[in-house]
Amino acid sequence: MAKKTVWTDNRFWQRSAAWVTGFAAMLLIWLTFDTSGQIAIGNDADLKNGVTKRVPGPTVINYKITYEMDAKRGHEIPVIGAKEKFFGRDDYSEEEAGKLLHLGKLGSQAKNCMDCHTLLGNGAYYAPDLTKAWLDPAWGPTGSMQAMTGKNTKEEAMAEFLQFPSKYPTHARMMPNLGITAEEAKGLVAFLKHMSSIDTNGFPRNFGKIQGALNGK
Amino acid sequence: MASNHLKWESKQLATWYFTFAAIIFGAQLLFGLVAAIQYVMPGFLFEIVDFSIARILHINALVVWMVFAMIGSVYWLLPDETGIETVGIKIGKLLFWVFAAAIVVVVLVYLLVQVGPADETTIWFITEGREYIEAPRWADIGIVVVVLGFIGNLYATGMKGKPTGIVTVLMADMLAFAGIYLAGMFFTDNITVDQFWWWWVIHLWVEATWEVFVGAIAAYGLIKMIGAHRQVVEMWLWIEVAMLFGSGILGMGHHYFWIGTPEYWWEIGALFSALEPLPLVAMFIHVLYDWGKQQGAAHERGEEGSVITNKPAFTWFVLQAFGNFLGAGVWGFFHTLPQVNLYTHGTQFTSAHGHLAFFGAYATILIGMMYVAIQGSNGIKVLKHTASSVAAVWMITGGVVGMTVSLTIAGYVDVIVTRAQMGATWAGYFDGHSGMWMAQAMDWRLIMGTVTFLGFLFLIKDFLSTGKNAVHTR
Repeated sequence: MAKKTVWTDNRFWQRSAAWVTGFAAMLLIWLTFDTSGQIAIGNDADLKNGVTKRVPGPTVINYKITYEMDAKRGHEIPVIGAKEKFFGRDDYSEEEAGKLLHLGKLGSQAKNCMDCHTLLGNGAYYAPDLTKAWLDPAWGPTGSMQAMTGKNTKEEAMAEFLQFPSKYPTHARMMPNLGITAEEAKGLVAFLKHMSSIDTNGFPRNFGKIQGALNGK
Repeated sequence: MASNHLKWESKQLATWYFTFAAIIFGAQLLFGLVAAIQYVMPGFLFEIVDFSIARILHINALVVWMVFAMIGSVYWLLPDETGIETVGIKIGKLLFWVFAAAIVVVVLVYLLVQVGPADETTIWFITEGREYIEAPRWADIGIVVVVLGFIGNLYATGMKGKPTGIVTVLMADMLAFAGIYLAGMFFTDNITVDQFWWWWVIHLWVEATWEVFVGAIAAYGLIKMIGAHRQVVEMWLWIEVAMLFGSGILGMGHHYFWIGTPEYWWEIGALFSALEPLPLVAMFIHVLYDWGKQQGAAHERGEEGSVITNKPAFTWFVLQAFGNFLGAGVWGFFHTLPQVNLYTHGTQFTSAHGHLAFFGAYATILIGMMYVAIQGSNGIKVLKHTASSVAAVWMITGGVVGMTVSLTIAGYVDVIVTRAQMGATWAGYFDGHSGMWMAQAMDWRLIMGTVTFLGFLFLIKDFLSTGKNAVHTR
C-alpha cells in the first residue's frame, strides 16, 4: 500500500464494526421491549371488555373464534365472538383455563409436536401446520373427523384423535401414538384453541376458505 | 489421535474435538436418511423411530458436530495466533469428556425414551421439544458450563498471548454465541413469547455469530494455506463483522412476521435481511480475490505451481465461499420478503434453504479445518488430494445440491398447492403432499441424500488414511 488512507486502516474498520454492532444491538433491544409489551398474554378482563390483544388470555377458550378478513389491515385476523362451550363448559375461570393452557403447552413440548408439525409456521414440514388447526374445517360439523372419531364436538374429536392417532389414519403418513392421556389431550386442545386466537398478521393466508379447488373437486 | 508432530497440547485437544465431531456428523447423515426414507415410505420404523425422533437427532447432531468442530477449530488456531500454549488446557480436556459424555446421554434418551408426560420432569430430563434446542434443561446447564470453560480458556490465552485481529473477533463472537444460548433456556405458556426468544438463539447463532465465526476461520485459513497478507485479511474480517452484524442482528425481523409479533417487523425484517447476502458476497470475493492475488504474486516471482499448501482444505474453503453465498444468501433471499414469506413460511422451501445454507456456510469450512488438523498432525508440508478426497468433495457437494434442488421443487408444490391453492388446511396439506410432484421430489431427495452419505464414507476413509499417504510433500 503506497499511500496510507483511512480506508485501508484496520483500526478504522475495527471501530466501525464495533459501532455498527453496538447500534444494531441497541435497536434490537429497544424493539424487544416494545414487542414484549405487545405480545404479553392478555387476561379475562380484556376478553370481557372487548380489549383486543395480540395474544389473548387463556379464557379465550370460553369463546367462539373465527378467522376473518380485516379490510383495514388487508389480511385475515382472529375474531373472538360469542360464548362457546369447550368440553361442555363456557365458564372456565382464569385459573382453570391457565392450568389447561399450561398443561397443553408443556404437552406440545414433551411430545415433540414441533418435530413433525409447524406451530406458528415453525417446526418440521412432515405434518400439517397447527397455527389455526382449531379453525380447520376438517374438525368442524361438516368435516370428516367428528364422524370418524364418533364424537359430536370439535374438541372431543381432537382429543380422541390425539390419544389414539394411529387408530384414525387419514393418510399413509400417520401420527404415531405418543402416550397422550385424556387430561393431556384436553390441555393440548386448549393450547391449539388458544393458538388460533393469536394475531399472526394474516398467516396462514386464506386458511380454511378454499375447499375442493384441486382437480375440479 | 496421538501425534508426534503436535507440539502444542491445544492442537491435540483440537483433534479430539474434530474426531468426535466427525462421528456425530455421521450420525446426522444417518438419521437424515431415516427421515428421508419416511417421506417416501411412511411406514418405515413407524412407532419405533418416528419421523420426529429421526429429525430431532438429525438437526441436533448437526448443531452438536458443528459446535464441536468450532471449538476444535479455535483450540487448533490459538497457539498459531497467540504464539503460546492455550491457558487452562487441562480443564479444556476435562470439559471435552464431560461434553462428549453429556451428548451421548442426551442422544440415548432421545432415541430410547423419546417423549414424556406433559410436566416439568420431561423438560428437565427428556426433551424441551423446541426445534434445534430440544436438549433437556440439565444438558442446557451443562452446555453453558462447558462453553463458559472454553471461553475462559480462549480469553485467558488471548490476553496472555498476542491478541491478533482474528483472536479478538473470536473472543467477542464466542461470548455472544454462548450468551445468546441463555435466551433459549426458559419455559413459558405463551407460544409467541416462546418463539420470540427461541429465535434469539437460532437466528443470532446461524445468521450472526456463526457467520462471523466462519469469517474468522476463513481469515486464518487464507493466511495458513495460501500465505495471504495478515493485514489485508484482517481488514476484510473487520469489514465482514460490520456487515454481518449490521444486517444480521436486525435481520432477525424476518422471523417475526407471523408469530404474533407486531407488523413493524415486516419492514425491519425485510430491509435488514435483504442486506444479509451482501457480506456473503464480500466473503466470497475476499476468498477468491486473495487466492488469485497470492497465486499471481507467486507466478511473478517465477514460482511454478500452486501456492496452496493444503488442497483438500482449500477446496472446502472455496466451496464455503460459494455455498454460503448460494445457500444462505440466494436461497435465503428467495423467501425473505414478507410478501413471499406469507406463502413460503413453514414449507419444504425452508427445508431446501436450510440444507444448502448449513452445508454451504458451515459444514464445508469445518471439514476444511479437519483437513488442516490432519495436515498438522502428520507433519505434512503440502497436503494433496487423493482419489477419496476428490470423491468426497464431488459426492457430498453434489448430493447436497441435489437434495436442495429436490426440496426446492417440493417447496414450490407446498407453496402453490398446499398454501396458495388450498389455504394451508389439513386437507390442503395432504393435497400438496400426496401429489406426484411432491412424491418425485422426495424420491430424488432420498437418492441425493444417499449420494451424500456415500460421499461421507469416502471422506472418513480419507481422514483415516491420507495422513500416511506418500503423495504429500513432507
